[in-house]
Amino acid sequence: MLEVKDLHVTVEKKEILKGLNLTIKAGEVHAIMGPNGAGKSTLSAVIAGKEGYEVTSGSITFEGQDVLEMEIEERAQAGLLLGFQYPVEIPGVKNIYLLKAALNAQRAARGEGDIPAPEFMKLVKEKIAQMQMDPSFLQRAVNEGFSGGEKKRNEILQMLVLQPKLAMLDEIDSGLDIDAMRVVADGVNSLRDSKRAILLVTHYQRLLDYIVPDKVHVLMDGRIVKSGDAELAKELEVQGYEDIVEEPAA
Amino acid sequence: MSEVIHFLDVLKKRLAQRGSEPTWIAARRQAGAARFEAMGFPTRRDEAWKYTNVRQIAQGHFELAEDADYSSAKAAALTLPIDAYRLTFVDGVFSARLSDMEGLPESVQVMPLSQALEQNHEAVGGPLGRLTGVEFSPFSALNTAFMEEGAVIRLAPGTVVDKPIILQFVSRAGEQPVMSHPRVLIEAAGRSQATVIEHHMGDSDAANFTNLVAEIMLDRGAILTHYKLQEAPLADLHIASIHVEQRRDSRYTSYNLNLGGGLVRNDLVTDLNGQGAEANFYGLFYGQGRQHVDNHTLANHNAPRTFSNENYKGILDDRAHGVFNGKVVVKRDSQKIEGFQSNANLLLSDRAEIDTKPELEIYADDVKCSHGSTTGQLDKEAIYALRTRGIDEQTARGLLTLAFAGEVMEQVDIDAITERVELAVAGKLPERFNLAGLVEIAAAFNEA
Repeated sequence: MLEVKDLHVTVEKKEILKGLNLTIKAGEVHAIMGPNGAGKSTLSAVIAGKEGYEVTSGSITFEGQDVLEMEIEERAQAGLLLGFQYPVEIPGVKNIYLLKAALNAQRAARGEGDIPAPEFMKLVKEKIAQMQMDPSFLQRAVNEGFSGGEKKRNEILQMLVLQPKLAMLDEIDSGLDIDAMRVVADGVNSLRDSKRAILLVTHYQRLLDYIVPDKVHVLMDGRIVKSGDAELAKELEVQGYEDIVEEPAA
Repeated sequence: MSEVIHFLDVLKKRLAQRGSEPTWIAARRQAGAARFEAMGFPTRRDEAWKYTNVRQIAQGHFELAEDADYSSAKAAALTLPIDAYRLTFVDGVFSARLSDMEGLPESVQVMPLSQALEQNHEAVGGPLGRLTGVEFSPFSALNTAFMEEGAVIRLAPGTVVDKPIILQFVSRAGEQPVMSHPRVLIEAAGRSQATVIEHHMGDSDAANFTNLVAEIMLDRGAILTHYKLQEAPLADLHIASIHVEQRRDSRYTSYNLNLGGGLVRNDLVTDLNGQGAEANFYGLFYGQGRQHVDNHTLANHNAPRTFSNENYKGILDDRAHGVFNGKVVVKRDSQKIEGFQSNANLLLSDRAEIDTKPELEIYADDVKCSHGSTTGQLDKEAIYALRTRGIDEQTARGLLTLAFAGEVMEQVDIDAITERVELAVAGKLPERFNLAGLVEIAAAFNEA
């Protein structure tokens, strides 16, 4: 589904990713872990298309399409969706409007018409209940005045409505208390199926108790230095990143 | 000076065509012409015109329109699709054919100025010119010299008008640019209530000059909502002076929405003369290309316990130039007043320009006043965030631009007007922005 090959990325002339390789198949949940500054957020930002990141070599393909040739919105319409570490406040744009406009943009890209209002209502009602959010959030401006946890729930709400093929979640666990973490994790887990994939970027192992990954990768200094299954995350928790990297590469 | 002479020549020609008229009109006309001749057009050395150059008006060789010929189909395409009473003026000339006063209750009078003068000129002579005299500006003097058409609206005490009253001004494309000097007079008696929509539009390739003066008198407890939807053709030159007088407990709400016109200047003045009087000024100006839009507002708190609230939003693209000058004046001993003023501007291009100046003059000590002005650009992070949800860049920019105008547009409760603004400011959107459709969905959602 997603194939990242020998990716080199510089930000303000500093090389952040130094030959990263990653293959994600449909149905899989991958977690990328690593210390601060390793390039975790850079990877998801480059896949989503954020400006200011220069890809000096390498490639990213998503379902056979060259991602780096696609506009930001085309990536989202194709089913690549990024959940932000720090969701942006968008004053004046109501949450419900964003959900509807985004869903209809995706449908339009597939050659489908707008979603009928009753169907949309039913969908949103179901998803907002699942995220244990009050319906009044729909009428509020996107993320404006939301607490940290509410913003993260709102990101997952968008995922649930838009049903991405590949959901990339950047530090979705940061700033969440244990109850919110459960709700967010349940939301993410509900996206899991054989046709979809999830890429978690996280600093802490804690999240992976709730969303158990199929594959765990350790990202350090711009490269994936070690890969394994869910057990690797637990080892990291005990040993720390430095010790892991000192072991001979598996 | 030769510029002034052209205008006076056109006036002379017009007067020669006209028959005799009541002496008071002739006298005021003369006073207007004399005042205009003495002052000439304002220059940028005049403080009130520091940022607005009216050379295009002064040097344009405008004539007066002779007829109101305009196809019904074209008018229908421009008109607001709402159930309303309508007076239509084509290049300043009244068109009975394009007007519709059917069902107007007897307690309301809505008629062209020419008809009001014919019926009872003395009843017009009293109020006309009382608020906006020839001294106000060279343009008010010019309007007085040329006045012959416009609208008169009178509300009997306690009347609540069931539908909006639309005054529509059409600017036609033609070989000869023309000018019009509409005069609007609104007298709202005690506790009466109405919504008046002043709508300026026309052929996209028109290039005419409109110089409107409106005088609005609100008696005790009267409530007037005044929409100005200015969608004049982009080469049109548009000058307007609106002067409001408010007695005790009256409420005047202005929505000054400027989307069109190449050169636009609005002067909006209210005199809060009675306790409990309240004025709300909401404004939105949108400029693109080389449009120049100048809004000057003034709230005179002449009595204690009066209230004014102003919120103007400017959106400027390309090389457009906006000017905002808002002034709140609190007279000596006008205690317990509240005056709030805010102007925020959004620059969509590096070459767009705004000159903004909020002013407060307070000569009383027990008052609550504030003013502020901000200017900024679209939030790049927000554009990115919207795009990562599949919304294309142009739409994302449109949505954020409309969101910026939100505080003002949320106050507008006529959907047809909101739609016009949305289309002009943001282009075609996926659906109505933050409005009816979604509100209905949300309402149904809460019920379900």
